[in-house]
Amino acid sequence: MSKAMTQQEALQEYLLRLADSDMILGQRLCELCGKAPALEEEMALMNVALDLVGQARNWYEYAAELIDDDRSADDLAFRRDAHDYRNALMVEQPNGDYAVTMGRQFFFDAWHYFTLASLVKAPDERIASIAAKAAKEVQYHLRRSSEWVKRFGDGTEESHQRMQTAVDDLWRFTGEMIEADDVEQTLFKAGIGPNPEQLAADWKGLVNEVLTEATLTPPPEDAWMYRGAKVGHHTEHLGYILAEMQFLQRAYPDAKTW
Amino acid sequence: MADWPLYEVFVRSKHGLNHKHVGSVHAADAEMAMENARDLYTRRSEGVSIWVVPSSAITASSPDEKEILFDPSDDKVYRHASFYKLPDEVGHM
Repeated sequence: MSKAMTQQEALQEYLLRLADSDMILGQRLCELCGKAPALEEEMALMNVALDLVGQARNWYEYAAELIDDDRSADDLAFRRDAHDYRNALMVEQPNGDYAVTMGRQFFFDAWHYFTLASLVKAPDERIASIAAKAAKEVQYHLRRSSEWVKRFGDGTEESHQRMQTAVDDLWRFTGEMIEADDVEQTLFKAGIGPNPEQLAADWKGLVNEVLTEATLTPPPEDAWMYRGAKVGHHTEHLGYILAEMQFLQRAYPDAKTW
Repeated sequence: MADWPLYEVFVRSKHGLNHKHVGSVHAADAEMAMENARDLYTRRSEGVSIWVVPSSAITASSPDEKEILFDPSDDKVYRHASFYKLPDEVGHM
C-alpha cells in the first residue's frame, strides 16, 4: 500500500476483508453439514454459518456500491480468485477435529466481536447498521465457542490435550488479525475503524482469560506468526475452498435458472 | 454424544404467557443445553425466554396409575364453572 491510499480505497479494502472472512468461515462451517458430531451441534453450526454468510452479503453489497465498477455482491464473492481474497488466514484453515473447529471459531469470534463493537459506533451509518445487526449474532457465536474451548480444555485428559494442540497449531494465524496495516491505520485515523492497539489488547485479554479458565496454556506472545492475507498471500487451503464454492458460477456464469 | 444427558426444553413464546414444553436436547452441561435449545427451538422467533431442566430431575406420573389419578374427576361435573347457571344480571363473564 502506498501513501497515496485514500480513505475511500482503505474502506473498500477493509469491507472486502470483513466480507471475505465471513464468507470463507461460513463456507468452512457448511462443510460440516451432515457430518457434525451431534444433531444439536449441527443445527448450531449451520446457524452460525448462515449468520456469517448473511453478514458477508451485507458487507459485499456495500463494497460493491463503493467500488462501483458494475460488479455485484455475487461477483465479488464468486468471481474473484484467491490472490484477490482478503479473508484472515485463520478462517481458511481446515475444520480438523472439533477442538480445531471450535478453537478457530473462538480466535475469530473474539476478534470479530471487538471489531464489530467498534464499528457500531462508526459515523458511516451504513457500516454502523450492518455492524449492529452482526454484533448481536457474533456475541452469541463468541459465547458458544468460548464455552466449547472451556469444556474441552477443562474436560477429560484427551479433550484437554486436543484443545491445547488446536490452540498451539492455530496460534500462528492470530498475529495478523490483531496487527494493523496501513488500511486499518487509515480507517482508525478517519474515525471509522477500531483503534488497533485497543483491539489487540481486548483480544489478548479475552483470549488469555478464556484459555486460563479452560486450564490451557496460552502460547508465547512472541511466537512466529504467518502473515500475508491482507495482501492476498494465502495458505494453500483457500484455493480448494474457492474451487468448490465458486464452481457453479464459474461453470455457468450468470445462470438464471437452477 | 449418546452419553450426553437429556434436557427438557420449555419456551415462553410471549411475555405474560407461561413456559411451555417444546421438546428435549442432548447436552454435556446446562450451558450447552441452553445454547442447543436456543438453536433448535427458537430459530424462527418462537420465544422470549427458555428454561432447560435435566430430564432426570422430572418426576412423572406412571401410565399405570392413569385410572386412579384421573378417572375419579370424570364424573364431577360440578367442578367445572359451566355446571353453574349464571343469573342474567351477571351477563357475560
